[in-house]
Formats: sequence, structure tokens, C-alpha cells
Amino acid sequence: MAESEVEASTPNLASGTLERLRELRSRYPVARSAVLPALWVVQDELGYLPPWAEEVVAGELGLLPGDVAAVASFYSMYFSRQAGRHFVQVCQNVSCALRGADELLAGLREWLKVDEDGATPDGAFTVEGTVECLGACGGGPMMQVDRYSYEDLTLDSARETLERIREDGGGAAGA
Amino acid sequence: MEGAQPVPDGLVLTRYQGAPGLTTLDGYRKVGGYRGLARALEMGPEAIVAEVKASGLRGRGGAAFPTGTKWGFLPQGVFPRYLAVNADESEPGCFKDRVLIEEYPHQLLEGVLITAFALQASHAFIYIRGEYRKQRELLEAVVREAYRAKLVGKRILGSDFGCEVVVHGGAGAYICGEETALLDSLEGRRGQPRLKPPFPAVKGLYGQPTVVNNVETLSNLPYIVTEGGAAYAALGTEASPGTRLFCVSGHVERPGTFEVPMGRTTFRDLLELAGGVWRGRKFKAMQPGGGSMQVLGPQHLDVPLDFKAVADAGSSLGAGALVVMDETTCMVEVSRRLVDFYRHESCGKCVPCREGTYFESQLMHRLEEGSASAEELASLADICAGMDGRCFCPLGDTATWFVMSAYRMFKDEFDAHVGAGHCPVRAGVGAAA
Repeated sequence: MAESEVEASTPNLASGTLERLRELRSRYPVARSAVLPALWVVQDELGYLPPWAEEVVAGELGLLPGDVAAVASFYSMYFSRQAGRHFVQVCQNVSCALRGADELLAGLREWLKVDEDGATPDGAFTVEGTVECLGACGGGPMMQVDRYSYEDLTLDSARETLERIREDGGGAAGA
Repeated sequence: MEGAQPVPDGLVLTRYQGAPGLTTLDGYRKVGGYRGLARALEMGPEAIVAEVKASGLRGRGGAAFPTGTKWGFLPQGVFPRYLAVNADESEPGCFKDRVLIEEYPHQLLEGVLITAFALQASHAFIYIRGEYRKQRELLEAVVREAYRAKLVGKRILGSDFGCEVVVHGGAGAYICGEETALLDSLEGRRGQPRLKPPFPAVKGLYGQPTVVNNVETLSNLPYIVTEGGAAYAALGTEASPGTRLFCVSGHVERPGTFEVPMGRTTFRDLLELAGGVWRGRKFKAMQPGGGSMQVLGPQHLDVPLDFKAVADAGSSLGAGALVVMDETTCMVEVSRRLVDFYRHESCGKCVPCREGTYFESQLMHRLEEGSASAEELASLADICAGMDGRCFCPLGDTATWFVMSAYRMFKDEFDAHVGAGHCPVRAGVGAAA
């Protein structure tokens, strides 16, 4: 079995993650369709997509590792490197920019002391460099932290939000 | 608020606004939810298609193609068929599908099921953009609840019809809103557009007949089936039937979404619903249909939300997103921002878009900084002419529309940036403040 070879020669995903991959594969008429959802499940566990994990996904779905790598590299939300514990996106498209998004982003980057990759020194946050419209134009300027949006922000309210998330690990519900 | 409140006249998508618990099956059933599906199963596929044709409903994703006609392109007797629901809302300025998912997820699912039955589709895939993670999880919960209630799966509501519904998350690619790129992405590939024809109705997902419809389009179906296509059409005008959920954002007092009748509402009405231009400032310009559409000026405020009237004014209603800009706005900066957006989102499949968006972006950055020469600015029209109508899919074409229309309408402003060494609009605003 290709499956057991892969599992023996590489680091393992959690058994729950592997079960989820198999369940996802069964949802689609063609197994390959499960690639994107499978990569999400793996990234949720690991925080990013190392090559060995892409190989596990390929083995589960009967694809070549290159097929999976080609997909993973096309989509901007899959990370090839370990990111901060929380992923911060400040929308910079027109609706938010008209209401001060550039100033908000510049202020946050300075306050968080992010490096060239957008990571904070303590590893708590990664601030994405280019963020296009996040579909919350009614609440601009806005940011998304992990899966939650925070709208109608000022620099002060955004700082408070990030402080709270840094302290309690990010369980706080968004706007 | 109590459950059985009267439904406001003239509303379709937001008619249950304010009713409690709408994101739960019980809450949605209390306002009459899933009666449309039951009615649809009695009517049969042909009668539903006839009502949709009578409604005059046109696609709400941006292309405004008549929905009933699109459904009619499915070849007879070819199965399995698929329905792909486009929830990849990513048009700059557009957030209506998000509202419809967050506040009325069961209404969307009911619309999906009615459509799947009308098309006799075995599977419906709801493709939702990766950034809408919370919304994806809400839809997954809604679908699970509907499976338990036998509204989804085999023998729906005891009928012979069965349909599986799968919520499928994207992962950050604007191009996947283009229907053939969406299908490639759904098949587990890089999201790049396919050559048309064949159109998805003939060869779509897995090479089978497939209809791709937008979230807002399908959210109208429960109303059309229960109230009739004619009743829906009558809410708008003959040329622009029904209602539409418009997003208003940018320099307004109260940004938000507003459901208004088509044809008899003007841009000025929408602006007033959003509280007018903010901070007592003057109106300068607007994008009527999201980031892809041409700029309109103050002279267009009384144009009705009618497909032909907006086309005559030189733009389009696109995805239904009105972005308002006040007198302090630099049109070069807005153009640069949009050009950067297309450069970032170009999928790289075809040369005119992949290279053209870079040329546009480099030029606009230099112009915004005031370092572009007159010759460089003059080359903008050449770059855009090499893209518009020459790209593989509409992304590359529309990457030229805003910047070229802004250049025409605000030529003095563009020219004033040439060799200025800075942004003259911003400097002017600074001096006045």
C-alpha cells in the first residue's frame, strides 16, 4: 500500500486529520476535487503546508505530489512556511482605502514591529503584505484576524483588538 | 421581536429582515421557509423554468445573463448534471453575497435546492471564497441541519428527487469567480479559465452539463416559486425586472446593503439611503458596479439602476456595488490601486493580462508619485488597447476599464501628475486643510 509507505517514511498527520481527508474524498464524485478542502484541513493542523504533508494529501487522493504542490502554490491562502499564530489581513482595496486603510496598516506594522515577512518578534502575528477586497466594504477600514472580521476600525481600536487576541489566544468573536 | 411579523412590500431577498433565528431551520421555517421547495417539487422542473423565464431574472454576479435562458442551454437527456453556486464574492466594493449568507443562509439553500430540482442536478457545490471562513462554517452547519431534516440528500421531502449539497472553500484567488476558473478550482486544479465554447452548460464540471449561478441570483428563487415570476418582475421595470441588493461603500455616512427595485431607483436614491456623502463634502465620482466597472460622475447621479441606462452612461451595474468618492479623492491613486489589484489577481494564463497588468501598474505607480513623463502617460492608452478584448477571460479586459474611463473623465488630473514630483490632488487637499 502506497498509503502505509508514506506514513512510515514521513512525519504523521494526526489520525483525526487523516480521517477527515478520507471523509472529504468520499464527498466528491471525483477524488481530486477534495484537494483544496484537504489542504485546508492539513493547514489547520500544521499552520502551513510542508512538502511532506502535500505528499500525504497526494497519496490519499491518488495524485502525484506535483499535482498537489501546483495547486497549493496557486492559492494565496496556503502557506509554504510557518506563519505567526494569528494571521492578520488589513484590506487595502478602494472602499477601505477611501476610509483610511493605508494609515491603519502602516500604524499597525509600526506598532507590531513586523519584519520583512510581516512576522512579529514574538511569533504571535503575521501581517499579510498585500490584501485585496475582503468583502466587508460596509465596515471599512477593516481587518480580518484568522477567521473573524473587525470593522469600522481606528488605529486605537485595532491595537486593542490585537492586544486582546495576543493575550487570550484569539477566541474572541469578530464583528 | 415576535415571529409572525408582516413581510414588507417590495422586498424579496431581505423580506424577513429582523425575524429571529433566521440562521436556524426552525427560525426560517417560522417565516414560511422551505414552502418554496415543497411548491417546486409539486410544480415540476418545466414549470419552474417557465416561472424563472417569466421573472426576467438576470444573473447577479456581474454579467447579467438571463437565468432562465442559461438553464435552457443544458442538453436534453445528458446526466449527471451539476449546479455550482458562485459564492466566490471578491469584486472590490461588493459584500452583498456575504450578507445573504450570514443573514439568510437557509433562503440561499432553499434557492439552491429549487434550482437543482429544476435542472435535475445530482449535486450542488457551493464554492465560497477562502476568506469567508466563518461564513463557510455557517453554511456547513446549515447544510448539516438540512440533511438531518431530509431537505437535502436522497428523497427530498419524500419525493423521488435527491441531491447532495457540498460546501467547498476556495483559498484566495479572485479569478475563481470566473465561472470556468471556478470549475477548474472545484476539480482540484489551479483556478484558471477554460476556453469557451464549450460553455459549462454543455461541458462543465467533470465534463458534464453544469450551471453556475451566483448566490444572490439563487436567493431569489424561493420568492419566484411561491409568488410567481410575474410578481417578481413587477417589482422592477419591464427592462430591469425585480429587485437587487446593492452595496454602497466608500465616502458615505452609512455604508451598507440596500434592497431596491430595479429601474425605478436612481444612484442618487442609493446615495441618500447611505446617508449621503460623508463629512458634508461634495460628490466627485462613483463606481457603479464594483472595481471592474467604468467611473461615472455627478452628471450621472440621476441615472436609474437600469441595465440599458447605465450602459448608455458608459458603465455597468456589474456586481451591484456602488463605491462613492468625495472631492478629496485622487483618481490617479484609485486607478493605481485597482490596477494593482488586477496585477495581483491575474492568473498568468494569457500574455496580454499577465504582462499588461504589470505595465499598467508600473506606469500608474510612477504617475501617482509624479515621476511619469507625458510620453509614459500617453502609452497608457496603448497598453490598455493591447489588453481590452485581447485577453483570455474578462479579468484582463476589465483591468483596463476603470483606469481608461478615469483618464478620459479626469484628464486634467492625470496630466497634472506628469513630472509634478508628488500627488497634486493630495497636496491641494493638504493646503486647504
